[in-house]
Formats: sequence, structure tokens, C-alpha cells
Amino acid sequence: MTELQKTPARAAAPAGGGEPYLSVRDLRIHFDTDDGLVRSVDGVSFDLAKGRTLGIVGESGSGKSVTSLGIMGLHRSKRARITGEIRLDGEDLVAAGPDRVRELRGREMAMIFQDPLTAMHPYYTVGQQIVEAYRVHHPQATKKQARARAVEMLDRVGIPQPDRRVDDYPHQFSGGMRQRAMIAMALVNDPSLLIADEPTTALDVTVQAQILDLIRDLQEEFGSAVIIITHDLGVVAELADDILVMYGGKCVERGPAETLFDSPEHPYTWGLLGSMPRLDRELQERLVPVKGTPPSLINVPSGCAFHPRCPYAALTGGRSTEETPGLTEVAPGHHAACHLALSERHRIFTEEIAPRL
Amino acid sequence: MFAYIIRRILAAAVLLLVVSAVTFAIFFLLPRLAGETVDQLATQYIGKNPSPDAIAAVKKNLGLDQPLYTQYWNFLKGLVSGAEYKFGPEPATCHVPCFGYSFKNHLEVWPELSKRIPVTLSLAIGAATLWLVSGVATGVVSALRPRSIFDRISMGIALAGVSLPVFFTGALLLTVFSYEWPILDNLQYVNFTDDPLMWARNLILPWISLAFLYSALYARLTRAGMLETMSEDYIRTARAKGLAERKVVTRHGLRAALTPIVTIFGMDLGLLLGGALITEQVFSLQGVGQFAVQAISDNDLPKILGTTLLAAFFIVLCNLVVDLLYAAVDPRVRLS
Amino acid sequence: MRRSRTVALTATAAAAVLVVTGCSSSTKSTDAKSTASGSATEAAGGSGANAATKGIVNASDKKGGTVTFEMKGTPDSLDPGNTYYAYIYNFSRLYGRPLTTFQPGAGEAGNKLVPDLAESLGQVSADGLSWTYKLRKGLKYDDGTPITSKDVKYAVERSNFAPDVNSNGPTYFKELLVDNPTPYEGPYKDKTGDLKSIETPDDTTIVFHLTHAFADFDYLVSAPQTVPVPQAKDTGAEYVKKIVSSGSFKFESYEDGKQAVLVPNTNWDPSTDPIRKQLPDKIVLRMNIDQATIDKDLLAGNAQVDLVGGGVDPQTQAQILQNPKLKANTDNAYGGRLVYMAINTDVAPFDNIECRKAVQYAVDKVSVQTALGGPVRGQVANTVLPPDIPGHQDFNVWETKDNKGDEAKAKAALKACGKDSITTVLSARTERATEVAAATSIQAALKKVGINAEIQQFPQGKYLADSAGAPKFAKEHNIGLMMMQWGADWPTGYGFLQQIVDGRAIKASGNSNLASLNDPAVNKLLDDAATNPDRAAREKIYGDIDKKVMEAAVYVPLTDFKVFLYRPDNATNLASTPAFSGEYDYLNIGTTK
Repeated sequence: MTELQKTPARAAAPAGGGEPYLSVRDLRIHFDTDDGLVRSVDGVSFDLAKGRTLGIVGESGSGKSVTSLGIMGLHRSKRARITGEIRLDGEDLVAAGPDRVRELRGREMAMIFQDPLTAMHPYYTVGQQIVEAYRVHHPQATKKQARARAVEMLDRVGIPQPDRRVDDYPHQFSGGMRQRAMIAMALVNDPSLLIADEPTTALDVTVQAQILDLIRDLQEEFGSAVIIITHDLGVVAELADDILVMYGGKCVERGPAETLFDSPEHPYTWGLLGSMPRLDRELQERLVPVKGTPPSLINVPSGCAFHPRCPYAALTGGRSTEETPGLTEVAPGHHAACHLALSERHRIFTEEIAPRL
Repeated sequence: MFAYIIRRILAAAVLLLVVSAVTFAIFFLLPRLAGETVDQLATQYIGKNPSPDAIAAVKKNLGLDQPLYTQYWNFLKGLVSGAEYKFGPEPATCHVPCFGYSFKNHLEVWPELSKRIPVTLSLAIGAATLWLVSGVATGVVSALRPRSIFDRISMGIALAGVSLPVFFTGALLLTVFSYEWPILDNLQYVNFTDDPLMWARNLILPWISLAFLYSALYARLTRAGMLETMSEDYIRTARAKGLAERKVVTRHGLRAALTPIVTIFGMDLGLLLGGALITEQVFSLQGVGQFAVQAISDNDLPKILGTTLLAAFFIVLCNLVVDLLYAAVDPRVRLS
Repeated sequence: MRRSRTVALTATAAAAVLVVTGCSSSTKSTDAKSTASGSATEAAGGSGANAATKGIVNASDKKGGTVTFEMKGTPDSLDPGNTYYAYIYNFSRLYGRPLTTFQPGAGEAGNKLVPDLAESLGQVSADGLSWTYKLRKGLKYDDGTPITSKDVKYAVERSNFAPDVNSNGPTYFKELLVDNPTPYEGPYKDKTGDLKSIETPDDTTIVFHLTHAFADFDYLVSAPQTVPVPQAKDTGAEYVKKIVSSGSFKFESYEDGKQAVLVPNTNWDPSTDPIRKQLPDKIVLRMNIDQATIDKDLLAGNAQVDLVGGGVDPQTQAQILQNPKLKANTDNAYGGRLVYMAINTDVAPFDNIECRKAVQYAVDKVSVQTALGGPVRGQVANTVLPPDIPGHQDFNVWETKDNKGDEAKAKAALKACGKDSITTVLSARTERATEVAAATSIQAALKKVGINAEIQQFPQGKYLADSAGAPKFAKEHNIGLMMMQWGADWPTGYGFLQQIVDGRAIKASGNSNLASLNDPAVNKLLDDAATNPDRAAREKIYGDIDKKVMEAAVYVPLTDFKVFLYRPDNATNLASTPAFSGEYDYLNIGTTK
């Protein structure tokens, strides 16, 4: 598992030491729809310090993107109900007014989206869009300064001939270049928190690694806190210090990346690991996806939301269908929400799961 | 960009040529195929007592006895360089662009037709401004507050506007504001250059009734377009930058939502410049549309032909402008 | 007596005008005007509904103001030599004086022909072939140049002999006047020659030489085609833009299809003109106005006259009829027009009079009248000649009870014709909704007696040229019955009847004798009338012709067309004249506005 070894610099960063830069407590984001109340995020908590990277993993609809948009304050619909706490550098964003959040948005926290083609405005040049992002938060900057800054950022993210490409339109860029430009746009104001929502999903495999490298390099350079949202454990394996696994709007397992990869506690995490292609292992027959479909967020299964798909639900003596499991600490900093007895879990993992990984 | 413009202009010119050929064929070839003789055509130039020598004279004067392709060629030549006909004491020059002579009063078509253009232009431009501003504004506000009271009321009005024909709203406005409470009575077209205030005063009712129909349409179009654009990823990006919502809406949302509206606007304006038949009729505005209606009811072929070509010209012109505008607005069009 | 008073009054009124222009709306000028009009009232008609069909309503000599005429569509031309509409015949007299014209007046009085440019009606030679007119002395155009008889001759030449330039008007003169040995080609092609059969021995005398006697010639020269046109000023088709005036008003501006503005002609001398008054300061003719707008403008007094004179819109009519106050300002006048159905004697079995009788009896005229818009739009007719044409006699050859048709009589006639049923085609003009409605009503009535008529519609522009009016086409397509309307070019029996009953008038195209009636007795009566110098005798003959035609059962008169006109309060001198299809006489309309 060499590639999972973190660089010394990163490992040296404070893990939960002192006041975390971002602190999320019992975050709930519910949407009132005509079909009923959608509990997209239902009580998620985590902390993130500057210089650290958190990977949020889960299937589509698990609530990971909703969480990130919630942090950014981008749920504008009147039907969205957000409760809990999102503390950014000590300031509660849930309680803050929308204008205050807007001020912070783009300056203190920035976001990179999944598909850079649709995420950039087709009618404006890449430069114009970066300049715009810069000038929102630097109103005193002249157009010239802003443009110089845009060129500088494009250069930083590795776009060749940035002074010429700055006047190109997004459609004139290749996919990877566009994502680089997106990153340049996100980092133009030196944000302390960067949220990357599936930053590589829409890209070619060869480009994916480059972009991940870029994010890692830039993080080292800027020392910001990073949240990587992905359904692909491989991505977080590259980058994350800590990992948070979401299922049905809830956090089912959370912990340092090493421990989570070495000894995952939750059957859903096992499933995710099983579906992850790995270069360091002989390919087992075939990848095993997590069986079944993600749960409805309107009628979340009673008890443990994962129980209809969990092969070991029967081993809980019926608790999984009746009682919602809470997060319990299984190792220092490592939490999991599962009714299975600890010993049972470890036995299943070592006997049944680990050999197949 | 320059090459693109040249290409578009050339295409427009070719299109006009095709339109002229088709119109010419419809008016002069089809009746012939349907069995109308040249004599019958010539008879239409003559009043109620066509004598054989009069028919012969008209055929000779207008070249109706020549083969059709020669006639078409002469027609094109007339458009470009004028023509000469023998009417009255002296040979009459039919000035460029020569659309020929009216069946009914033997006057040149173009001078009469061109006098109508300012009326229609005034009507169309004024109404278009009105409907574009009010329609788009209503649409945007509705889209930003979907299902709000404003949205519901304005979309209700829009539905009414789309369903109410001009001859109803126009007649209603006319009855109310010109006759019941004569605030705007005695409406007659006044040249803008003569008296801009009277020009606007006398056109305001036609503008409103025409704009009502269209702004309703545009409000609905804008609303739909805005709702769609505002859910685009790049809007989310714009918000993520920390842009104020107003800027997100105008610079990012509206800009993209307007593009298809500009296309439709160009078509609508082009069509309208070819004559706003009903509005001109209701308000007795002597514009191109009324000219066309009159020409049709008189069976005045050259006038009909002239109006058709003028209308086609406006449509082609407006489409050309739209294409160029489109290229200016959307960089993807320009370069591909 | 009458003439001198007019002169005196005109002088006073002219002074008033000067005052008005001097200080736009002082009470003083109003006083002066009302005094003028107060003393001027003559032969005033009363007021109330139909008052203007009996006398002149709002008779006044009050000068000043703007009289606005509005019209739906455009006229064929304002050029007196290039028009065929009664309302332009009527209107053109404001700026052009024909040799004779009709005296402004209502009913019978309006049919009276009086000399206009000429000092008296025509002098006819003993053989009836030469008509001589003497022009009045001191006649001038609006530019001050004198009017000569040569200009009248030229006007007739340009209007009748240049069909490729001035094509709209009728060509009665061409058909009646002796042609040159080599056919005359008109003044535009033949620039040096002229028509020898019009002589102008001096500047005030004009003599017409006819190919055959024509008693109605005085009526013929009342057409605007005799309005003088100076050859030097004639620009052919463009003349309409710069018409030289010989009447009491002249053109200030003319915009084709938009409007014409007339102002008083200062070179018009009232002493040469017993009938014109020159009242308003300005006459505006607005074209292409929506009929609903015209009606509203009339009701609001914004316009004084609907030029076309076809009556108000059905909605306006309903609105007016419900309001007694508005109704008092209306005239429901005969329009000098017959709505009828022709029975084509060319198409079997209508060559048999018994079959024609069956149709005559079968038609329910009351329901046809309803289809045509009710009594306001026409009165049930049983004769070809309308009641407002001199010579009209009341009779009813094919009488049915209450004009509602008689199935029994119709079936009996059908039997006499040797038929149980007939299948035929009934033609009507597509654009005329009421005509189609009337045809539908007739179709239903015919069906009851066993006559199956299929209605076929044709565009009106081609109705006479290519379909109903083309006997060959009609015969081939079994068109046995044809809807039609007919008005006279001048209000005499000859003017009304000749084109539709004379067997010699049948043409291969543009035929108006839709019945293809060619009865030698009728033809002869027409000739008799044409040559008979005695008016009363002529009028009796017209009645006889009417009777003969009705006895031949070739035309089914349906209704005598009526118009429903509205008189604005502020319009003066309104009289509905039968000489111009029931329109108001446009010569002396003024305004109190």
C-alpha cells in the first residue's frame, strides 16, 4: 500500500490539533418537495484544519455534493432547510446572512466543479471569467492588474502561453486545460478552503492524475484546507488525509485515510473498496460493485439505511431494521456507524473481505 | 469574422435572388400553367372595357409577349437599373428598383411602396422596443421568482396576451382612448422628422396593441429560457465566485437566455417590417401591410410582387443581422 | 334670381372667412358666420331619420372649417378620366366640372340633370346624331388659364381612346362616337392627330357626332370624362398626382393610397357656376381607413362623410338602431342597385320558360332579404328597374303570397316544363358573404320544389371576365343560375337596362347580360328609347321593357339595395341623391365644426 503512504509534510500537519478551520456539526439539509421531505443530508459532522485534505466518498445521491454546496451557501431555494452549524474560521455560516456568505464565497472558500465545460460560461473568455472572480473580491484592482493576476494564475496551473490563452473561450480549451483554468479561477483569491466536487470525473484517465497532482501541489503551496468529493476511492487515496464515507445522507464511517483503508469498519465501505480498481494487486476475477440501489432520500429505510443492501444485516439480530446506528469510535479518530459487534466486523473483514481486496 | 460577414452577406444575396425567382414564378408562371393566357394577364392592366388593340398595346408595352425567362431577366434588370415603359404622353422611366407598374392606376409600384416603409418601420420599431423591454423584463422577474404572485399574475396576463388578437386589443384601445375618452383621438401617422411628439402620440396605441401580443410571447419565452439557464452549471460557478445575484442574473443568466430570443426577435421584426397587416388595418395606418392588403383585394399583381419581395428582403436582412449578432454574442458560432 | 342671391351670400361669407383666418376663434367671427348661415337657409329638409332622402339636411351657407371624407380602401383613381366609381363621379365634381351634372338634391330632385361647364343642356340635331354644347363664358382653371372646348375634347379622347393608360373608366364615348377612317389610337400614341367626330369650331363650342341616335347623351356627358384636361398638363398615368382643377376646389396635395387635400380654387368664379358653393376652407380625403374607424369618426363628428357611401358596418348599424337619437341622424336610401339572380337561357332546361317560371315562383324573397341583411339593406324587389330610377313602375309578374315563394305554383310550372327535378349550378362571388348567404337561402327554397342547385363560388375579380360573364364557360359548367348585382352608370332606364337586357350586348367575356336574353322586341324597344327625344315617352318605354323582361322570367329580382348612412351633426347640406347610388351629394357639404 505504498501509494497510500502520505508524504511526511502532510503527515506532520496538525490532525485535529487546535481550532479546526472548518467545523461542521450536525448539518442537516432537507428539501421540501411536492413528493415529500427529502433528507439529503441528515446530521453530518466533521472538522478540517488548514493544510489538511478531507475526502468525502459516497454514491450519487448520498448527500456529498449537497453537503459541499451547503458549506458554500449555494442552496438558494426557499425550500431548502438547513440546520446545524458550519463554522468557518469560527464564524457560523448557517446563522450568517446571505450577503456575508457571499463575501466569503470565492474569497475564503472556493469550489471546483465536476464538468469544466458546462461550469464555465460559454460566452466569456477564460480570462474574463477569472478576472471577474478576482475583481468581485478585489474591487480596487484595475482591469489591468486583474488580467495580470489571471495570466499569473493560468501560468501557475500549468497552462502554456497563458498570456495568449487568457483570451480564449472555454470551448477552445481541452478538457484538462479547462479544469486547470477552473482551478486557477477558484484559487485566484487565495482561498483558505477549496472544495473540489468530483474534479476529475469528467476527464480522461491520463489527465485525471495530472489534475490531482496539481491540486496536491497547489495545496502545499497555498496551505489551504481541501475537501475532495468523489465516488471514487482511488481519488481520495491519492489525496486525502481523512476520509468521510456517506450513505443515505448520513456519515457511516469517518477516519484517517490510512486506518480507513487498512481496516475499514463499515460493510458499505467494504463494498466501496471492493469496487475500486487497484494497481498494486492482482486483479481478482472482477470488481464487485455494491449490490442494490441507493436509498430513497424521502423514505429512508428504517434503522440502518444500508440494511436492505447489507449482506450482514441478518447478523444484527434485527437491530439494523429498527434502530439507527450512531457513530462510535473504533480506533482513535476512526468512527463507524454499524450494529455489528466489533469482533464480528473484524472477523468478517479479515476472513471474507480482505482476501478479495 | 470579416470572412464570416462576407459569406453571410453573399448567402443573403443569393437567397434574395432565389426568392425573387420563386415569387416571379408563382405570379407569372403558375397562372400560365393553370391555363391563364397572356391576354388574360394583359386584360388585368386594362379596366372594364378591354378591347383587343388595348390588350395588344399592353402586351407590347410590358413585354408580356416575350418568353418568361426574358421577362424575368428584364424584371431583374429593372430592379437593378430601372426600365422604360410607354405610358402616357412621354415614355415613362421606371426608376430603380423597378417593381413594375400597378395594374390599377398604372403608377410605379416602388415609389408608392417606399412611401409606406416609414410608417411600417415606425410601427415595428416602436412596438418591438416596447415588447422586447417589457417582455424580457417580465420574463426575467417571473423566472427569478417562479410561482410567486408576480409570476402567476404576469404569466396569466401573458396567456391572455398571446390569445387576444390585435384586432381585438386594437379595437378596444381605440374605442376606449380615442372615442370614449378621447385622450388620443384623431390618430394619423405623422412623420417622425416633422413632429416627433405627435409621431409618438399617434403611434402609442398601435405600439401597445402590437407589443401586447408579442411581449406576452416574449415574457413566456424569456421565463422559460431563464429558468433553464439559471439551472446551468456556469450559473452555479458564477455564484460560487461570490458574485452579487443581480450580476449573476444579468451578466451570466440573461446573456445566455437572450441568444435564442434574439433569433426569434429578428424573425419577428423581419416579418413585421414586411407589413403588420392587422394592426395597420385596425389603426388605418397606411403602411406596407395595408398596401399589400389593398393590392391583394385589387388583384394588383405587380404591387403584390413588390410587397412580397420587400417583405422577403426585410426578413433576409433581419436574419442576416441576427446571424451576425449571434456570432458577436456567442463565440462558439463565430469560430466554427 | 337664385344665382344673384348666391353671389351676394358668397361675398358675405367670404368676408367672414377673412375674419376667421385673421383671428382664429373670436366670438365676432362666429357671429358673422351665423348671420351668414341664418339668412342662407333655403329649401331646408327637416331632420330625423331619412330626412336627407327627402330634402337637404342642415342646409347652410356657413363657410370655413375642414370637411373630412374618409374611405375604406382606395379609389380606382381620382383622375376624372380614369375612374368608374359612383363616389368618385360624385367627389370629382369638386375639382372638375363636366359638361352637365346632377343638381344637388334629395330623391327626385337629385336626379335632375343640369348644365355645368355647358351653359345649357345639349342641342341635338334633327337626325339625333350630333350634339352641340356651348361652354359658359369666363371659365378658368386653378392656374388662371382659360378653359376651352378643346380641353373637353381632349379629356374625352384621353379617357376613351387610351385604354392602356386610362383604363378604369367606361368607354361609352368610344362606342358611340364616329371613329376616324383609320382607327384613332388615342392622344398618347397619336400625338398629332385627333378624333374627327368631336369638333371644336371655337373655344366655347363642342360638337359630338354619333354613329347612332342616343337620347341619353346629356347623361353621358355628365360623366367626369368630360371634365376638361389641358393637354399640355396631361402626364398620363401620373396626371392623378397633379390634377388641374376646373371646379370650386383644387388639390393642395395628393398622396396615393393615403390622402388628398383640397382647398378653395381662387380662380373659380361663382358667377359661372350656379350649383357650387365652396364652403369649407379645406377638404381632406383620407384613404384606407378601417370601416369601424370611419363609423366611429362619423359618430364622433371627426369625419363628415364616408366617401364610399356604402353605409355603416353591421355592428355600427345595430348600435345606431338601438339608439333613437342616433337613428334620427340616419338615412336609409336606395342605392340605385338591384340584387338579383339571373336565369341562364343558354343552359337547359332554362331555355324553357316554364322551367324559369318554376324558379321565379320557388324563390322565397323574404328569406333572401334576411340573408342579405334585412330590410335596412334592401327592399324586396319584383321589377328589374329600381324605384329610384325614373321610369320605374310597380308591378309583380310572378306574384307569390308575401313574396315568400309558392311551392304549388312552382311545382306546376316544373311539370309544365316536363320535369320532375332539375340539377343545375348556382354561381356566386366568393368575397361577398351576403351574396353567398342569399344563394344558400335560394338553394334551400329551390330544393323544396325539386330543383337541386349546387352553389359554386368564383372570385369576384374574375366573375364576369372568366366565369359567370363568359357564356361559353357558363354553358360548359351548367351554370343555370347566377347571383348578381347591377347599378346604373347614369340614372335612366337606358343606363340601367341596356347592358343587362340587350341581346346585342352579349360578349364572350365580361358579359353582363347574364341571362343571355336576346329578345328582338326588347332590343327594338331599347333602340326606340335611344332615339326618342321625349323624356316622358322614353321613361314609359323603360317601364315596358322592364315588364317584357320580367314576363320572359329571365331575371329574379331579389332586393333593391339600400344603404344605411349616418349624418354627423356638424356636416351641412346633406342630401342623399339617387344620381350617385344614394350617396350624399358631395358638392356643397360644409361643416359647423
